[in-house]
Amino acid sequence: MSLIEKHRNIIDYTLSSLGRRKGKTFAVCLVYSFIIFLLASVVFFTQAIKREADLLLREAPEMTVQRLEAGRQTTVPAAYADGIGRIRGVQSVQKRLWGYYFDSLTGANYTVMVNASLNGREGQAIVGSGVLLRGAAEGESRKIQAGDSLPVKTYRGEALMLKVAGILPFASELETADLIQVSERDYRDIFNAEAGRYTDLALQVRNRKELATIATKIVRQYPDTRPILREDILRTYDAIFDWRGGLSIMTMAGALFAFIILAWDKATGLSAEEKKEIGILKAIGWETGDILQVKFWEGVSVSLTSFSIGIFAAYLHVFVGSSLLFEPVLKGWSVLYPDFRLTPHIDAYQLVSLLFITVLPYTVATIIPSWRSATIDPDSVMRA
Amino acid sequence: MRRLIRKSDIFLAYVLLQAAALGLMLVDAAVRRSLAEPVLRQRAEVVRVLGLTDLALFTEARYTRNPSLADRHSPFQEHPLSLEHFPSGSVVSPPSHLTLPAGR
Repeated sequence: MSLIEKHRNIIDYTLSSLGRRKGKTFAVCLVYSFIIFLLASVVFFTQAIKREADLLLREAPEMTVQRLEAGRQTTVPAAYADGIGRIRGVQSVQKRLWGYYFDSLTGANYTVMVNASLNGREGQAIVGSGVLLRGAAEGESRKIQAGDSLPVKTYRGEALMLKVAGILPFASELETADLIQVSERDYRDIFNAEAGRYTDLALQVRNRKELATIATKIVRQYPDTRPILREDILRTYDAIFDWRGGLSIMTMAGALFAFIILAWDKATGLSAEEKKEIGILKAIGWETGDILQVKFWEGVSVSLTSFSIGIFAAYLHVFVGSSLLFEPVLKGWSVLYPDFRLTPHIDAYQLVSLLFITVLPYTVATIIPSWRSATIDPDSVMRA
Repeated sequence: MRRLIRKSDIFLAYVLLQAAALGLMLVDAAVRRSLAEPVLRQRAEVVRVLGLTDLALFTEARYTRNPSLADRHSPFQEHPLSLEHFPSGSVVSPPSHLTLPAGR
């Protein structure tokens, strides 16, 4: 009998054996698939969002300069911008005004920033597609639309009505969901911001290789400033969604512990029925190697089925279903949460890694107890 | 004589089907990536024009809304014993330029 024919016979037997334990096999597949689904969802989500952040934030300012006061960020005087602009290698300095605004009507936090194109168009705003408006009659919040009036309470306690002149593209909701862009005068009115002071400075340099040198010169000239390079911004999202990051470690730890319990249950022993089956097979002439091959194919068939189900479910969850399961974790107490759909940045390397960390340990955990049972006397196994 | 379809044949076909489905998933991912490219370019342009530095994923606290611009003390800003308490604060790790010993 050829080797292939022998394995086909063993697979025939293995599938019949699994068929006799339908309930148990189904339960194991269900739990196993769910664990792989969780692990794969985390891997797909973190890789995709890291890649997306990397592609988008490559266009962030080359250098952002903040000023610190007693460890906290504070406003930058216009004189700093003039002084930094004179440093050799600095091409342009943009004085930026932006801040956070809590809307007590909807409970949402917004990022209010100045858009120079709105200067001279006071009372108008361009907003992100996630910005909410509290409905007067129905008492519920709804997404704002062009032409709506957004009431804002200034830091002097006055009401300011902003007419929505435009909505930022829905596709960019992941970056702009909470933005409210206004003119400089409206910004200073809302936050009662002192004239001649800015939130931070965005710099453009002539030669990117000089970024670190320019940053050192800025700190030497203005020791209370903190330059943040674009590379720092890009690394931030690598750190947030690193495998040690909160989201990854929380989900992966739970899934891995569940997996360890599943594998441990397999590795610590077989049921009396399974032992009896091994004893009978040995008594009718099967060799230890044949029994191990049965268990190997059992592990492979259960693992591969669970792996496929878990991976497909994770793909649908992350890239079609907008990672619904992660939403409560990421949203926290926020009222606003961007409606976004990630682009799938998956490759064969991720799939093979997932295959190795899930299928291999389970298959090994299936074989070990069978090897222990298969090497003992069939008579004692059947009598036990 | 009619040849019976064995369980091992079905298993082999099933494994091949799974492999093909995984391959199709990778193809689907590649197609989606190429379709999303123009949109991503448009979004990157929005980031460039508006000078954005962060994703609007976590809007509940300012140090999670703009983690790359957060300072070392922002999660404990209210007073020295005010412990960080926002749910997303436990999801967002501090940016690497704040955790480096010689960080600016």
